[in-house]
Amino acid sequence: MSLFLSQLLNGVQLGMLLFLLSAGLTLVFGIMNFINLSHGSFYMVGAYLAAATLARTDSFLLAGLAGIGGAMLLAFAIERLALRRLYARDHLDQVLATLGLIMFFNEAVRMIWGSQPVFTAQPSWLNGSVELIGFSYPSYRLMIIAAGAVVALGTYLLIHKTRIGMLVRASSTHPDIVGALGVNARLLNSLLFSVGAGLAALAGWLVGPIVSVQSGMGDNVLILALVVIVIGGIGSIRGAFYAALLVGLVDTMGRAYMPQITRQFFERSSADAAGPALASMLIYLFMALILAVKPNGLFPVKR
Amino acid sequence: MKRSLLAGAVAALAFSLAPPAQAADPVKIGFMAELSGPQAALGQDMLDAFMLVVDQNGGKLGGVAVNVLRRDSQLKPEVANQIADELIEKEKVPIVAGITFSNIMMAVTKKLTTAGVVVVGANAGPAPLAGAQCSANLFVVSKQNDQFAEAMGKYAVDKGYKKVLAMAPNYQAGKDYVGGFKRVYKTPLADEIYTPLNQLDFSAELSRIAAEKPDAVYAFYPGGLGVSFVRAYQQAGLIGKVPLLTVSTTDGTTLPALKDSALGVMLSSAWGPDLPNPANQKFVTDFEAKYKRTPSEYAAQSYDAALLIDSALRKTNGSTENKALTAAMKAADFKSVRGSFKFNNNNFPVQDFYVFEVAKDAKGNANIKTVSKQLTAHKDAYGAECSLK
Amino acid sequence: MFPESLHWRSPRVLLALVIFALLLAVPLLSQWLGQSFYLSFATRIVIFAIAASGLNLILGYGGMVSLGHSLFVGIGAYAVGISSFHGLTNGWAQLALALAVVAVVAALTGLVSLRTRGVGFIMITLAFGQMFYFLAISLKQYGGDDGLPLDNKSVLNPLPALDGKIALYYLALAVLAIVMYGIWRTVHSRFGYVLRGFQSNERRMLAAGFPRLRYQLTAYVVSALICTVAGFLQGNQTAFASPSYLSWQASGDLILIVVLGGMGTVMGPLVGAFALLVLEEALSGYTQHWMIVLGPFILLVALLSRRGMWGAIAARRARS
Repeated sequence: MSLFLSQLLNGVQLGMLLFLLSAGLTLVFGIMNFINLSHGSFYMVGAYLAAATLARTDSFLLAGLAGIGGAMLLAFAIERLALRRLYARDHLDQVLATLGLIMFFNEAVRMIWGSQPVFTAQPSWLNGSVELIGFSYPSYRLMIIAAGAVVALGTYLLIHKTRIGMLVRASSTHPDIVGALGVNARLLNSLLFSVGAGLAALAGWLVGPIVSVQSGMGDNVLILALVVIVIGGIGSIRGAFYAALLVGLVDTMGRAYMPQITRQFFERSSADAAGPALASMLIYLFMALILAVKPNGLFPVKR
Repeated sequence: MKRSLLAGAVAALAFSLAPPAQAADPVKIGFMAELSGPQAALGQDMLDAFMLVVDQNGGKLGGVAVNVLRRDSQLKPEVANQIADELIEKEKVPIVAGITFSNIMMAVTKKLTTAGVVVVGANAGPAPLAGAQCSANLFVVSKQNDQFAEAMGKYAVDKGYKKVLAMAPNYQAGKDYVGGFKRVYKTPLADEIYTPLNQLDFSAELSRIAAEKPDAVYAFYPGGLGVSFVRAYQQAGLIGKVPLLTVSTTDGTTLPALKDSALGVMLSSAWGPDLPNPANQKFVTDFEAKYKRTPSEYAAQSYDAALLIDSALRKTNGSTENKALTAAMKAADFKSVRGSFKFNNNNFPVQDFYVFEVAKDAKGNANIKTVSKQLTAHKDAYGAECSLK
Repeated sequence: MFPESLHWRSPRVLLALVIFALLLAVPLLSQWLGQSFYLSFATRIVIFAIAASGLNLILGYGGMVSLGHSLFVGIGAYAVGISSFHGLTNGWAQLALALAVVAVVAALTGLVSLRTRGVGFIMITLAFGQMFYFLAISLKQYGGDDGLPLDNKSVLNPLPALDGKIALYYLALAVLAIVMYGIWRTVHSRFGYVLRGFQSNERRMLAAGFPRLRYQLTAYVVSALICTVAGFLQGNQTAFASPSYLSWQASGDLILIVVLGGMGTVMGPLVGAFALLVLEEALSGYTQHWMIVLGPFILLVALLSRRGMWGAIAARRARS
């Protein structure tokens, strides 16, 4: 029973991780209608900057500041210089442009920090584990769950309960009117883009110590994030949150119990072959299924 | 008058038709590896080690000048294919060295060896090339992929572990590494878990391990996956409780990212930086001095590949004629950083394998420390299927 | 917007013919220069052009951005590989098998994908591509991640053996010519006009009573079949089938080629394939860090290109 509970917690933890990774993407996607494939690159840049700062200052919090701040500045610059011309263009151009950015960042990071994975430490005050009902769970993972919840609440409040959030939502559907009211829509867009990148970098900072910080680490994460936000409904923070939890749970429980399940139906060797193959395809199958039934995702944003 | 003119003309003609004097054209060696992208960590180590030998010999191997043509295969078989075409047809190289990944090796080896190019493999050692698809033009200096696993299997047997759980990514190499382990460790495994290649998070599997409490966990997770896995293992508090036996997971390229979180992890390999032979000590010292980092086993294998080519070219006096060159290569007359080295009938190595532990070295850094020799003068399991003698 | 019918004397068509004449002469040129490597390189360009032409049909003319089209190229290559593995080397049979499999897969994935639009379509095609990519990796007896080498190339009686590079090149070139002509005819037929209509104004087409799914699904399946033929040729050229042929990066490359060359033009894919492959080859010769140059280049293409390279050349000429 305690195994089941710890797997459940694992699912929630993975879900929160996925949410941290996808929050920024769904914002940019949904509000600005901009396909930002370089989201994974800002995740990577955040992780690298945080790692470098941590190595120098030994302060986890300072590392976070550096990672998030650095990525936001970078994003702001890139948005002003290049990407803003693409808002009016169709998705294809946006896909291409951000694919080019991925290539650029992967190589740049490799040129600066080398191709080998970089070391980042967990802060010592989060190093141990906590005794829960019948099993112990790493404290760092619990922190991730907490962080995910905080970010979810924070972005929801920001978008739905503050004036800035209202302006952002308004300018996504009626940019002219918002402009006529004297609000600088272009600045708003740049800020929003940087916030999206900042969220990605936040994920990079927190997730860095438990994965491998290396060139290309964002590519995989990008696909996962895209799947999550498509399932949840593009543009919806709530959708991303629930979708992330759902995907996290389905994926974890699937991996934990798939062998048992397939062994019931097939004989051992083909079950052992089919199981892992199914597990890797699982979230894509899940997404295809959801899209077949609800083409706009689970919580589509009403336009 | 006419006769001397005629004689002069004939002589001139004869001279123009005669082959030119043996010009010291540098020997071209193609070096194919992953040199860009995240996987470049391995390729870079291999290239650096190879060039270390060439540079130390003043740009020569075996006494002749060599021109190393670096080619980036980008982990894409179709790009590697194109590079092979270019090296065979345009550059007409007699030797190709390097090749990090098994799928790249499977894509190009046959094309190269059939064209008469000698391939010196410095990392990948897929089973088909050691067995039925072996070739007289192929010399693999590193190992056959299963052998590290077999050495670890023997260690598990010696330690008397009864309940072992195996984990690997769900692709060809993962299954080969578990298969190799099972070949020597005959007790049925408690379970074999194959995880998706792009899996971010291992919590589900680690919770299972914590619950089932096996005697040991055998794992293969290369590159970035290895960093994630070992980290997660350590953070789950399992390192002290359930011994972690790994292959190609913690090595010179991932250890800098893991540092102390990998302390206590066991690994098996044919090489470690503290192997006590003079060639190895020179290699490690020189590599660290030049590149400011500890070499990995990939670097060591590539260094040996360069030494092998050096010894072969020395034997043939710089000639790259195929029969002489392959005979000289087969002799493997060089001082390997791994100690004893010779080739099996299928041109794969016969060498010793050790088990190492990640421990703090004299400078206090996490490094690889020899624990015991597991297999002596070990041959791979596929030699019998190869028709070469 | 709709180009004129095929005037054999128009500058665009003449330029296209000149390019084809040059392509026909490549084997002779490469022998004369003594560099048979250029022949293999040209073959690779032509094969990419075929696949990109397939994608162009739905991307350039239909407005459907598929980030999973390399899936069909991969199935073509694997059909050759797996059949050869089991001893079936008759090229016609292999091709028929590949086309049949893809027709089913494309119909099913198309049915599901076309329920979505815009971003959803991009994502779901990506998802399908990934699914089959992971499937290919887990196929242990067919090499899995290591890939599947071919012992024997396809035998296409009465055509000459594909072991010869020249034969393979001319076959690929012939296929490219047929595909391009076919696409040209299609987009100038009623079917083509309806398809392009859906790209420019879907609501109006629906109001006029055209069934969207039937037209777009047909186009999707046809484009998949074209990619399969390209995959068949690729498997024969490299004598290898690998899961990397199905990766999303490969799909991204196809999109780049189509856009670079000029979407919605028949010659665009060929020009794009040439440009991209030559650029990659040249850059990686100069530096290991070629990606840091190619990345911004792609970004610039996205920012600046309205009509791609062919569009830029041909448009100028049309005005003259």
